[in-house]
Amino acid sequence: MAEEPLKRELANDEALAEEVADEHERRALEKTWGDEPGFWGWLASTNHKTVGKRFIYTAFGFFILAGILAVLMRVQLARPESTFLNPDLYNQIFTMHGTTMMFLFAVPVMEAVAVFILPLMLGARNIAFPRLNAFGYWVYLFGGIMLWVAFVMNVGPDAGWFAYVPLSGPEYGAGKRADFWAQMITFTEVSALVVATEIITTFFKLRAPGMSLNRVPIYCWSVLVMAFMVFFAMPTIAWASACLMMDRLIGTHFFNPAEGGDPLLWQHLFWFFGHPEVYIIFIPGTGFVSTILSTFSRRPIFGYTALVLSLVSTGFIGFGLWVHHMFATGLPRLGESFFTGATIMIAIPSGVQIFCWIATLWGGRPRFKSPMMFVLGFFFIFVIGGMTGVMQGAVPVDLQVHDTYFVVAHFHYVLIGGAVFPLFGAFHYWFPKVTGRMLGEKLGHLTFWVMFVGFNLTFFPMHILGLRGMPRRVYTYQPHLGWGDLNLLASAGGVLLTLGVLLFIVNALRSLRAGVLASDNPWGAATLEWATTSPPPAYNFLYPPTVDSRDTLWTQPADQPVVVGLRSDVREVLVTRTLDAEPDLKAEFPDSSIWPLLAALATTAMFIGTIFTPWAFPVGMVPIFATLTGWFWPKKRQAEERPPEEVKQKHGKRYYKLRGQES
Amino acid sequence: MPSQSALHPAGPQAGRIISLWWMMFYVTGAVFLIVMAFLVAALARRRRPYAGEAADVPDVRPEAARERRMSHVVLTGVGLTVVILFVFLIRSYVTGRALDSLHEQDHLTVKVVGHQWWWEVSYDNSTAAYTVTTANEIHIPTGRPVLFKLTSTDVIHSFWVPNLHGKMDLVPGHENVTWLKADQEGTYRGQCAEFCGHQHAHMAFTVVAEPYDKFKAWYDAQLKPAAEPVNPSQAQGRQVFLSSPCVMCHTIRGTDAGSRVGPDLTHVASRGTLAAGTLENTRGHLGGWVVDSQKIKPGNRMPPNNLEPADLQALLDYLQSLK
Repeated sequence: MAEEPLKRELANDEALAEEVADEHERRALEKTWGDEPGFWGWLASTNHKTVGKRFIYTAFGFFILAGILAVLMRVQLARPESTFLNPDLYNQIFTMHGTTMMFLFAVPVMEAVAVFILPLMLGARNIAFPRLNAFGYWVYLFGGIMLWVAFVMNVGPDAGWFAYVPLSGPEYGAGKRADFWAQMITFTEVSALVVATEIITTFFKLRAPGMSLNRVPIYCWSVLVMAFMVFFAMPTIAWASACLMMDRLIGTHFFNPAEGGDPLLWQHLFWFFGHPEVYIIFIPGTGFVSTILSTFSRRPIFGYTALVLSLVSTGFIGFGLWVHHMFATGLPRLGESFFTGATIMIAIPSGVQIFCWIATLWGGRPRFKSPMMFVLGFFFIFVIGGMTGVMQGAVPVDLQVHDTYFVVAHFHYVLIGGAVFPLFGAFHYWFPKVTGRMLGEKLGHLTFWVMFVGFNLTFFPMHILGLRGMPRRVYTYQPHLGWGDLNLLASAGGVLLTLGVLLFIVNALRSLRAGVLASDNPWGAATLEWATTSPPPAYNFLYPPTVDSRDTLWTQPADQPVVVGLRSDVREVLVTRTLDAEPDLKAEFPDSSIWPLLAALATTAMFIGTIFTPWAFPVGMVPIFATLTGWFWPKKRQAEERPPEEVKQKHGKRYYKLRGQES
Repeated sequence: MPSQSALHPAGPQAGRIISLWWMMFYVTGAVFLIVMAFLVAALARRRRPYAGEAADVPDVRPEAARERRMSHVVLTGVGLTVVILFVFLIRSYVTGRALDSLHEQDHLTVKVVGHQWWWEVSYDNSTAAYTVTTANEIHIPTGRPVLFKLTSTDVIHSFWVPNLHGKMDLVPGHENVTWLKADQEGTYRGQCAEFCGHQHAHMAFTVVAEPYDKFKAWYDAQLKPAAEPVNPSQAQGRQVFLSSPCVMCHTIRGTDAGSRVGPDLTHVASRGTLAAGTLENTRGHLGGWVVDSQKIKPGNRMPPNNLEPADLQALLDYLQSLK
């Protein structure tokens, strides 16, 4: 009988010892993985959360800037023959609005959220290639700044976000406006490609042990598909914009019909990128929808396999319909019909997704929290956008509505409905994880309703305007055309939409300061990012988690194993196998470094230089080479100097056994 | 005022397109309503709480029988989607074929060249002397198909008369063709539909569809050289025209002015609008346009003209006589 208290005491001792050991580990990890203190350390950070936050804030900043331009356009168009903006300024403004929204907001913000969330959701300590990640962010930031500085100095691009030649070519695109546009593409290209590389590698190699491919959360699948699409779409536009630059700078004649070039070549190259671009933006949006729906329906997502296959097939079909942007260019009709088929076909995977989501709601017990509201709004808006999309897939209908306000309405319905509403849902959903505080729920609901009503008021009338003959990209229109009232209504809706975004900003700022502190898993969600503190520590998980099912936090036993045996004195991570995510090897991640920033600066100098002289290309390579040398300079390995960590069996927890190691 | 709307077709092509559109509108509208009904029902459904479980505990093992039922519904939905889309595809293809089947031996051919920011219009004729050239206003006979040959000399434009047909681009280095046919008499407004720079917003034109007799009369009148001045003021006006920078860009057939940079002015007074649909063709507008067109249509290619008031009045007298 006397054994019992003794056992209890021993157990207490063991528990205490374990806590002490955990605390040691925590401190060691903080030292190893944390950013260096001070401004320098801030600049040198390669932590995916630090970089991810920067990325999100920057992209959101560009969203606000482009939104302000949209407001200016709505002011101009509210009345016929308004003189608020002159045509030159208006043309720059709508070009900047589209360019900024597509290249500096939509794609980057989707990548940015992935940079923050993906490693956490997969149970990794950092994103793969962390220095490349920092480099990708800096390049993106500098490219965006370059474009906006050019705009403020009245050298903003003015040929539309798809910059059709010859209007953007050497003969008709005067000055350096189109060059800044083309070079901005190069910046965002580089950034998007490096981030895509990191996402793909992280997805395949850094998943928690046990997270075989059939257990990967849908959101991770969606960003994987996005990353692959970036991989195949971006090189086309990089090539096209390089040709445009060369046409303008050194007189090649890729697009000049007088010298055997062809303006239609530009359109093919642009839209071979441009259409997949839409899905690059939309697919991560569907990932948000699946994640939020599952959490707030309190059940696993319905039709996991069907959803994943839909994402993948959307990714493939998305490359086969670029010609539907070119139905009016005089291509052969039979050929165009194939693209009608492909365009209409993409409604099938979208339909599968919508039906599976509704089934999830049907079989679940929905909770109407603010993230969920945005997802419900998404259904209404996106389905309308999908319907008008199917209409335009038909060549005859497209010939009428192409390049009218009908199209403007359509793509705002699919992009704002399909990507921005889910994104705002994601902001509300992950705000506690990112900041450690809850976002105000009441204000969140209000934000949703104001944005939802404002959005529909702004863009629904545009369908009718388009059918009634209003072309897009006109800086004004004549009163007798009868478009005034609907335009006024759209502008009034724009005020409401703007107000909604402002409410979100107010809510975010207030909650940052005085929001309720968030617990680890405030929504009771199933994925791994909720298995760590809010906000997560620099190293993400004290002991990297393992996974026993798709909805792991809902199903795992209390003593689910964790990974031990990773060194805490260097940035060691566990690499797992591609298919079954069984531990494969231990790899060491590089330390924080200032070199990515320097390399990005050197790259920026070269890119901007080539706008003015071709010589910037060879000369600019020298500093890039120098900075890359610094970046890749091998460091003295500390690994050999220190003894390997002892692997201990601890009380009350099971540990994942790494190969070739006792536990 | 001329109409510019795809919703009010005045020819067979626009008619076919809009009826295809309405069909799609009703079908997709119904689909939208059904999807929303399912969504609302899914949200509003009353659910029995699971025995002994707190409301927030996730249902990690949903009831298998219900999941099966739901997958049947989802599969049915997907099947219906495929069927609907297939019908759309066929209907779209059939409509597309019909749009291009206007070919007739006895058609009129009109060449349109896009310029920043106006339309050069010429009527093809095997005899050069019977070729009419005008700008921004196209007359066509009703009930007869007209073949349009479209190209551009600068940037890409798009030819669009929503009441008659969808658009076709004018691409430099390419010649695109499209057919128009107006069943109803009337004036239809068209507008450039591909962004073409500064004054894309003010690049409109009108299509005047009229019975063949009226069309023929118009055509014959257009064939004639410019009217001779009938009073001293008009004569002085012609002199002003010929001695000022006007001749650098414009043609007036029957005079020495023969440049083709800007619109042909031989019968400028017969046209309903000025500056590619920007202004009604009145004396006041014409005067304002000649003196300072940059104020009306900023960035257009016509320079301002500093004319003595008397010269300006004479010039306007002359231009207005060019019926």
